[in-house]
Amino acid sequence: MPTLLEVVGLHGAYGESKVLHGLDFVVEEGGVTTLLGANGAGKTTTLRAISGMINTQGEIRFAGERIDGLATEAIARRGIAHVPDGRGTFMELTVEENLRLGAYTRNDKAGVAADMARVFDLFPKLHERLSQQAGTLSGGEQQMLAIARALLLRPRLLLLDEPSFGLAPLIVREIFDTMERIVRETKVSILVVEQNASLALAIADRAYLLETGRIVMSGAADDIRKDETLRRSYLGY
Amino acid sequence: MDGLIHQLVSGIASGGIYASVALALVMIYQATHHVNFAQGEMAMFSTYIALTLIQAGVPYWVAFAIVVPVSFGVGALIQRILMEPLAKAPVLASVGVFIGLLLVFNSVAGWIFTYTLKPFPTPFGEGKPLLNGFVSRHDLGSTVVTLVVLISIWAFFRFTKVGLAMRAAAFNPVSSRLVGVPVNKMLALGWGLAAAIGAIAGMMVAPIVFLDPNMMSGVLLYAFAGALLGGITNPLGAVIGGFLVGIIENIGGAYIVGTELKLSMALFIIVVVLVVKPAGLFGKTLVSRV
Repeated sequence: MPTLLEVVGLHGAYGESKVLHGLDFVVEEGGVTTLLGANGAGKTTTLRAISGMINTQGEIRFAGERIDGLATEAIARRGIAHVPDGRGTFMELTVEENLRLGAYTRNDKAGVAADMARVFDLFPKLHERLSQQAGTLSGGEQQMLAIARALLLRPRLLLLDEPSFGLAPLIVREIFDTMERIVRETKVSILVVEQNASLALAIADRAYLLETGRIVMSGAADDIRKDETLRRSYLGY
Repeated sequence: MDGLIHQLVSGIASGGIYASVALALVMIYQATHHVNFAQGEMAMFSTYIALTLIQAGVPYWVAFAIVVPVSFGVGALIQRILMEPLAKAPVLASVGVFIGLLLVFNSVAGWIFTYTLKPFPTPFGEGKPLLNGFVSRHDLGSTVVTLVVLISIWAFFRFTKVGLAMRAAAFNPVSSRLVGVPVNKMLALGWGLAAAIGAIAGMMVAPIVFLDPNMMSGVLLYAFAGALLGGITNPLGAVIGGFLVGIIENIGGAYIVGTELKLSMALFIIVVVLVVKPAGLFGKTLVSRV
């Protein structure tokens, strides 16, 4: 599969404190790649670096072009949709307005309408709550809204930051099932960051394991899932 | 009774002007959580530019059509040049800039145009009062202009993509950038709009109070009282608050405290709101699950 995102020697810091120490990884077109690791390993920071939300050194190439150093909104415009940690809901706005904002970069009205119908098919609950203030949605519904909002950008790459965070197991199951469906039915590639390794490995093609800002292991998701020693020592399940 | 109706009507007219300035204050407050103390002086300066054009022979509405976009541009430039570098600075830095702007606009206006009161023309004619003599032509005309401005601004925020993006950028800049909204441009646009609304308010109030560099200081105080009364987090509330303050000011000035003490009612309203209901009448307490 061709490479969609290529990261070479990525360093990242919040002010003085360095968090990423030279990451190399790729996201292949059309697949699911997962970044695993414990709290504080640098997973969220890696996604923020890709979206240009922090200062970085090193190269980030998207579809062959350098995107490091670009403004966050310019990166979004190129087709990278980012579902941030905490879901980034526009609490004060309605569900519908949240979704319309997802399509902010697009001018193809017919295409947006079609994608709108598609996300309602994926997440019927959102359709029932169109005019509701988004801040009143439950955590699971907000996560669905965040993914729907990101899909409306019609991204080539979807960055998901801990979609399972703080949600009941049943809801998590539902969201991951929907993610599998999205991958099956669309051409979007996904880079998902997860603390819950077993969940992420189940839907991923490729996995990277992050420890204190360095990649300590990588491989096909299936191989990692089957390797019991590896699982026990690194992933804790 | 006729006197009361008369006061009520002119209260609505001046209330419309307070409502416009209150809306300008709230727009910037929502986006930055700062109150632009220089909003009134910027409006005053725009009004002087309009007067200069009119005195040079430019027809009123042409001058209007020039001054509003120019004020928009100046407002947007102020955001880009002065406020943007302060985006991450402490609140006091911004407050310092606002007060600096207030002094600069005030002094430069006094320097160029002098401090003498100048009459400002009304585009609505000087003729006899309308509607049984209850409302002057200017009061009626300026109320209509104000309502058109307020409704257009509401429709812009409610129905357009850019309006939605501006609201989003004000509420949640991080998420806005992630969906591709250029947040800094939205802030500049907000400043521009606020300055343009202020310019219109200045041109509408100048025929009543006469033009001088301190013309807007009273208006700004009433507008601030209106914004607080309606709820500084709610644009519609601020507009309603502006109208209410205009009515309270006129009726209170005529029947309760007398015209000399009118301005102190603005301060009284501010204090009462802050003590009794700090969120204002329509300031919504947002519901959110964590």
